[in-house]
Amino acid sequence: MDKLFPKLPLDQWVETLVRYLWKQAGGGFDLIKMLISGWVDFLAFLFMGLPDWAMILLFSLLAWLLSKRSVAIFTFIGLSLVSNLGYWVNTMQTLALVLTAALISIILGIPTGIMCARKKAVRDVVMPVLDFMQTMPAFVYLIPAIFFFGIGEVPGVIASVIFAMPPTIRLTNLGIRQVPVELVEAADSFGSTAAQKLLKVQLPLAKPTIMAGVNQCIMLSLSMVVIASMIGAKGLGADVYRAVTQIKIGKGFEAGLAIVILAIMLDRVTQHIGNHKKNKEERA
Amino acid sequence: MIKIQVKNLTKIFGSKPDKAIQLLQEGGSKQQILQDTGLTVGVNQASFAVNTGEVFVIMGLSGSGKSTLVRLLNRLIEPTCGSIEIDGEDVAAMSKEQLREVRRKKLSMVFQRFALFPHRTVLENVEYGLEIQGLPKEERREKAKQALELVGLAGWESSMPDQLSGGMQQRVGLARALANNPDVLLMDEAFSALDPLIRKDMQDELLELQSSMQKTIIFITHDLDEALKIGDRIALMKDGKIVQIGTPEEVLTNPANEYVEKFVEDVDMSKVLNAEHVMKRPETITLDKGPRVALQLMRDSGVSSLYVVDKRKTLLGIVTAEAVSQAKAEGLTLQDVTETNVPTVRPDTRLHDLFDLIAFSALPLAVVNEGDRLLGVVVRGAVLGGLAGRVKVKQEQPSEQSLERVNLVG
Repeated sequence: MDKLFPKLPLDQWVETLVRYLWKQAGGGFDLIKMLISGWVDFLAFLFMGLPDWAMILLFSLLAWLLSKRSVAIFTFIGLSLVSNLGYWVNTMQTLALVLTAALISIILGIPTGIMCARKKAVRDVVMPVLDFMQTMPAFVYLIPAIFFFGIGEVPGVIASVIFAMPPTIRLTNLGIRQVPVELVEAADSFGSTAAQKLLKVQLPLAKPTIMAGVNQCIMLSLSMVVIASMIGAKGLGADVYRAVTQIKIGKGFEAGLAIVILAIMLDRVTQHIGNHKKNKEERA
Repeated sequence: MIKIQVKNLTKIFGSKPDKAIQLLQEGGSKQQILQDTGLTVGVNQASFAVNTGEVFVIMGLSGSGKSTLVRLLNRLIEPTCGSIEIDGEDVAAMSKEQLREVRRKKLSMVFQRFALFPHRTVLENVEYGLEIQGLPKEERREKAKQALELVGLAGWESSMPDQLSGGMQQRVGLARALANNPDVLLMDEAFSALDPLIRKDMQDELLELQSSMQKTIIFITHDLDEALKIGDRIALMKDGKIVQIGTPEEVLTNPANEYVEKFVEDVDMSKVLNAEHVMKRPETITLDKGPRVALQLMRDSGVSSLYVVDKRKTLLGIVTAEAVSQAKAEGLTLQDVTETNVPTVRPDTRLHDLFDLIAFSALPLAVVNEGDRLLGVVVRGAVLGGLAGRVKVKQEQPSEQSLERVNLVG
């Protein structure tokens, strides 16, 4: 059997492909790396621009504006605890990383989702790719990420994007396709252009579903921080990773708790943005 | 004047319809084509013409292709073949841009389940058609408000659609369609989702609006009573094919085939037929004749009463056999014994409204026009005959149709 069907050299093919890509577009990868790391550093600098207490107040206020009071109170208490435990800098580092990954996922994911919803051919190509992205163990694509972007926060961001973008695409596609046929027909029957139909009818109606996708995307990015720390990304993941390798239960718990607080905070705020307009209308 | 001329309009669902088209042209049925080619025939070579200002009803059971047909007219569904000429321009052959222009300016659609945009206020919904045409905000607000006023929803501008009842939501749907000031309204089962009382109100209101707007309306329904009430003409569909086109009376009294007959057999004829459909030729006499002549006339024609008219056939009264006999015995003139209190009805009075009159009147009913001219007589037997469906209706003139429509509203 072994001689009849020799092993396919799939591993070699992949390596050849990766090297080929790097050779052809090495400069492009450098540019992407520069942009992303610059942006993450900028965000981190922004978040640590003021003393802890001022930032905590600012974040709480922001949570109140975007969401509701209870979320603001949670944000205040949670971040105060994080600051008190001494994880402030790493938490902000992680926040910068997560928000960057989420932002890239949204910028790439929503238009892709829209294209999927409009054309079956696009959907047929994109959906298997998404399955691949979500189920391939994250460690595996850390390897080419290191190859292209070196170690540090950038491959972490890239790995997070690959892992977190699928729900954004899927839910954008779903949200648009779930808009009732009659409403789409109504938009068409009055002579809407494709863009008018999308902006005035489909996207507004798909918004809650798309926001659920954005929420999922942020949560998944956050779940990648520990893995990203293995290739040198700074932040809470690094604290957890260190605690694990040194078997420090207490430290591990503290760092883990900081991640949980960050997660709940981001989850509640983004969950609420989707319903925000509706609430405002009900009050009006 | 013909507004919409549809010729051989066909929709076949599925790919490679050429063979199916050929089979259709050879007279193949929907079932046969499904068996031979696996393709579904939505609409099978529909041809009809709709006049300006006409309410043209397309009726059929679910699955008969009526909703597909109306969507072919504005190409929400692309026709497989055939032509749709609106004002002489073939919509089926238009480019995307031309089609968009026609949809914006000439055709508006009202949907069965209202299809209001839930994220927009009532006013913003009505504005939609004007908004996408790029009208300035002030102007479109003004037009939208006028349209809302027209359907009786002034004051509800800032409500959200889900705060309104079904009937009100469909008024918004109607206002949204009217705001563009289109020539043609396509109404796809527009009142089917409403409960019966509201539906009746909406029908009345549509007719009232129509009497002042004179739009060309294509109205889809599965409800025969609705079709009879609002349609100037009715097209009946079965298996994607139009099986009969005619006025409500024609469809009822001369069903083209068994299918139509079955469809209309449960109809309450008393709500469809008018006095003029069941009236008989009246036996009349003028006042210059004497009692003897009157008696002779009654004997000859086998009746027990005669209508007294003048030379212009204006109804003056009625004389019965007993009264004439009395006149003969006492030497009185016809005028002396003429009963002037005669029950009269108009030719367009519904049979339904004759029941009371005819049940409690000893005399037959005289059918007169506005000038009191005697047109005919309605006797009990004729009413019963009409209810049993034994009536032949002559081709109606358009003027009479509009007369009838106004009457329905009132």
